[in-house]
Order: sequence, then C-alpha cells, then structure tokens
Amino acid sequence: MEQDVLLRATDLTKYFPVTKGLVLQKIIGWVQAVDHINFTIRRGETLALVGESGCGKTTTAKLILRLERPTTGQISLENSDVHQMEGEELKQYHTDVQAVFQDPWSSLSPRMRVRDIISEALVVNQKVTKVEAYDRVDYLLTQVGLRTQQSTLYPHEFSGGQRQRLALAAALVGNPKLICLDEPVSALDVSIQAQIINLLKDLQESFGVGYLLVAHNLATVRYLANEVAVMYLGEIVEQAETNELYDNTLHPYTKALFSAALTANPDSQREEIILRGEVPSPINPPSGCRFHVRCPYAMDICSQEIPVRKEMAPGHFVNCHLY
Amino acid sequence: MTTQSEVYQEPEKNIGDVVLDVKDLRTYLYTRWGITKAVDGLNFQVREGETLGIVGESGCGKSMTALTLLRLAPKPAARIVSGEIWLDGENILERPENEMRFVRGQKISMILQDPMTSLNPVFTVGNQMVEALGMYYQEEQQRGLRERAVDILRRMGVAAPERRVHDFPHQMSGGMKQRVVGAMAIAGTPRVLICDEPTTALDVTIQAQYLRLLKQVQAESGVSIIFITHDMGVVAKMCDRVLVMYAGRVVEQGEIRTLFKNPSHPYTKALMASVPSMEEKHVDKLYSIEGQPPALFDLPVGCRFANRCEFVTDKCLEAYPSSFSDDQGHTADCWLLEGQSEWHKVAEAAV
Repeated sequence: MEQDVLLRATDLTKYFPVTKGLVLQKIIGWVQAVDHINFTIRRGETLALVGESGCGKTTTAKLILRLERPTTGQISLENSDVHQMEGEELKQYHTDVQAVFQDPWSSLSPRMRVRDIISEALVVNQKVTKVEAYDRVDYLLTQVGLRTQQSTLYPHEFSGGQRQRLALAAALVGNPKLICLDEPVSALDVSIQAQIINLLKDLQESFGVGYLLVAHNLATVRYLANEVAVMYLGEIVEQAETNELYDNTLHPYTKALFSAALTANPDSQREEIILRGEVPSPINPPSGCRFHVRCPYAMDICSQEIPVRKEMAPGHFVNCHLY
Repeated sequence: MTTQSEVYQEPEKNIGDVVLDVKDLRTYLYTRWGITKAVDGLNFQVREGETLGIVGESGCGKSMTALTLLRLAPKPAARIVSGEIWLDGENILERPENEMRFVRGQKISMILQDPMTSLNPVFTVGNQMVEALGMYYQEEQQRGLRERAVDILRRMGVAAPERRVHDFPHQMSGGMKQRVVGAMAIAGTPRVLICDEPTTALDVTIQAQYLRLLKQVQAESGVSIIFITHDMGVVAKMCDRVLVMYAGRVVEQGEIRTLFKNPSHPYTKALMASVPSMEEKHVDKLYSIEGQPPALFDLPVGCRFANRCEFVTDKCLEAYPSSFSDDQGHTADCWLLEGQSEWHKVAEAAV
C-alpha cells in the first residue's frame, strides 16, 4: 500500500498576502487559499478535487506543479520533497509531472507546428535527436486518436476536442507519472466531452499515469476518479473513495453540492438543498467550521470550534460536528 | 432546520394559450464561403407559462434562433429569408425596425450566457436599470424609476437592493450580476423570456439558486421561457417541452418526459447516452458520437445526421426525412420511423 503512494501532500497551506498602497506595500490580510490539507495520490489512479470556484482547487494544482510555493507543509513525489528539488532532480520532476488546462484555445502556441509543440519538452529535457522525438510524436498522436499526417499542421487547424487531444499528447511525451487536469472537458461540447473522458481513461490504463483531476462536474468526476476530496474555502471537508462518497455523502456541504448537480432525468425525486448566499471571502473566513454560515444544520458549537477530521468508514473522512 | 437554507418546494405550473408561434423560420448568413443556413425551417409554439428547451451541440443554430426571435441577428450577413414570428397575435417580422424597441423588453426579452459582458462596466447597476425602465415607464420620474429598480432586484433575490443599486458591476459576483441581468430582462414584463445558457458560467450551487428563481418569477408572472442549453440536466429540471436541434433544423420535439424516456431520433438518443450519469456506478465506456456536424454552408441533400448515424440507410442519404408524429405531440424527422405502427407522417420534408 505504502509504496503505491505516488504523491503525498502533508499539511499543505498557501496564504496569499493582501497588500495596500502602491509603493510601500503594507500587508493588510491573507487570503487563505489552501489551509492545512492532506491527501495522497496513488500510482496510476485518479484523485479528484471538487468544490465551488474560489475553494482552492486550482491553487492546490499549482502548488503541485511548482507554480506556487507553499506557505507551510510539503508535497512529496515518491518520498522526495518537491519544493526542495534542484538541478537534475528538478528537471526530472518537470518531466514527471505535467498539466492539461481547461482552455485548449489558449494553451497551445499558435506559431508552432503540432510536432514541435509535442516534442518540445523532450528535446529540451532529454537530449534526443529530432528524428527520435518525431517518432515519439507520431506514436503519441495515434495514441490520442489523431493521424500521424497531422503532425505538420498548426493548432488553429484543429477543433476544440482535437486540441485537447494534442494537449494530452504533449503532456504524455516524457512518460510522466502524474498529470494535473484542470477542468479538462468543461470547455468542450457535450458529445466531445464523452470522447475526451473515454480517452483519459484509456490513456491512464496504457500509460499507468496518475491524475489529479480538478473539476466541478460531479458526473465526470464519478466516471474518472478513484477517490474524491471535497473542498470548501481552502479546506478538505470530506474525502472518500468515489463510490463510497457518491452513495453516502456525510458533510452538509457535500450534500448541498450533490443536490445542486442536476441529473438528466425529469422524474428525479432527489431531496434538494439549496444553499443561501455565496461562498464567504477567504480573507476573513468564518470562525469555527467555515461552512456554518450557510449550513442548514448549523449548531452553536459550529461557530466556535473547528471540527476535527473523523474517519466514518474505512477511508471515508469528514470534518463536521454532526458526526 | 434553520432558515439559512431549506429543502426546496416546486412552485405550481399554469400553462395557458399559445403566446409565440413560429412558422417556417429561416435565417441565412451570407458569408464569403457561401450561404450558411443557421436556422433552416423552424416551426414551434410556446404557450403562456410554459418553458420550452432548445438543445443541441454548438453551431446547430440555437443562439441564432434566439437572436432571430428578437430580430437581432447580425446584419448585414444575416437575413431572415422566410417565415413568420407570431407574438401575442402579431407578426413581429412585419414591424418596422424603429418600432422593434417597443417589442424588445416589453414583449420578448433575453438573458445572455455571460453576465460579465452584458453589463456596462462604467455605470452603476442602478443607472443601467433606470435607463431601461425609462423606456417602459416614460411618464415616471427618476425617483419612481429607482424605486422600481430596487423592487425588481428584490424580486430577483438580490440581498439589500437599496445598497446594491449603487454598486458597479465589478463589485458583484457572477451570480449576483446574472440576477441583475435577469432583473433587467423581466423589468418590462415581457410575455416571452429567452434564456441563452444563463447558468453555464455559474457554479453549481449558484446555478441551483438561479434556476429556482426563474421558476418563481415564472409562477408569479406567467412569463413563457425559452431555455437554450446543452446541459441535459438543466433541461430535465426546467423544461416542459424540448426541441432538439441539429444543423439548423429541429430533428425531434416533444414533452419532456416522453423525450427523455423514449428518444426517437438517433441524434437525441446519442446525445442522451453521451452524458455521464452521477447516479450510476462505473460503466465501462461512455457512448460518444463520432465525427462532427456538417458545415452549414455545405449541407448534404439527405438527412443531416446521416454521416454520424449508426442506423443510416440509402434512403437517408437521398432525401431529407419527413416528420413523423405519434399523436401525443411527439414528433421526429427520421426515416426509421416510417412504417412503424405508432408513428404516422405529419409533413413532407420542406428543405
């Protein structure tokens, strides 16, 4: 079990300073984007982060990609601290961990041919010849469902779904261990979404790559993820294996989130909890449990004490005073 | 349970007479690649207090339909080449252009997808609303209009609207801005409200609030809603009837439950099968529709879905299918239904 762990985040925290003034930038507060979260991603499996905008999903992905430094806590890939890496080890890390973003229109360079976009990381990092790199490109193009003849085209000659395929091919070029997928299908058309979701599953099987999936569509998450962490205002409030979570939601926020997600069934008789108001500001989050101001089951204790993490079923964790 | 958030009760529905009747509507775009048939022979009716959904992939003509109904299709490229739009007993295509401003907003209005771009960033929300309200209540003074604005914002569920009218759009969240846009759309008490993907840019919990609000507004005012979306979940939640559009034409329409239980056109079937479900456990593979819709300036003679259809026959490639109906208002344009006992031909294809 333990050697299966690919990536581990321990007590991970990221605060962004809020400053005032143009010259003498005085810090007047902190945005608590990610606050003491813990999770692991196992080799070849998918962890999904779900939650509303502003809950810290993307910041978490950025911390993993080393685009931000954590305020406290650490991330380790195969037991070495990601943010202490230097030199060769760091180069290897950048090959091992890749990203695919939401918008395939802005994530591919419009001035480069497809084969150069895909092989760039390989040429820069691994000192292979152009011929070898292009062979790899041809192989990857067929893997993501495109034709090898398309390698000399430019990104604008592809549709949205095809571009997302290209982004996946570029991410896979160095045989990564982990790909951070930030809303990989939400910019695509319904019929194309299904194609990309299937492709993501197939690629995970054939390349054995782990995914960190940041998404808000719960149906997509159920289809792709092995484990799901629900985030609210920078904290993980509930975490469990996918089917366990979907069958047995515990935290009131998770319940509200799930009841707000709509199913394609006009006779669906699910209980509907509609939350009042919006997510409070992460600069001055509510005291105690951060969800208590919107929670339909809030008690006195909720505004005073921060709930501790409890294990309700094997692997099913929840932070809530109700349990 | 406290008053913070509650379990939600559906408001009751009263569906009345036909308010909007669209007959053989065609909007073509004259581009340098040729004539793009964005809306190509549309027929539908909307009743008072009813919600009609229009679904389909991008580029199938949903949004162009909405713009055509408001006569806002981009000129000079777009031309309404034929058809009639009967709104409240008058064909609005016969109105002169300068009178359309009395139709838009007061008879038919629209909520757009992106609230960030549908408000002017340099005016306060209150000023923008008063400007619109001044059109509808011309005799009234500024002060009265402001009170009306506050009132409508309150109806759209904006907290502390007296203070919010002094805010600029950038001071509001996405959900709040979409409420303001909604308030402006219902300010003129229109008969028909077109919602073009109003919740796509919002979070799920905010989407749930917004959809509920639209239902409440509808129950109070009896406005008919045309709901354009590609989210089958939203359709199932909101609509009474659905039109499925493909390449500029309606391929299937029907009452919501029949359509979801018994989709009859292969495109509708495929569209529904490709939506992953939240309630079911792992399936091996999601169904996906291969290929892409045909280019609208180079349409095939036969069925427009033929090149992606699993059940394609020679007949599909030769002639556009006639409409078949099952007597319960469920119609579909597909040759597969020809000769089936419960389906009978209602109209020859007019392409």
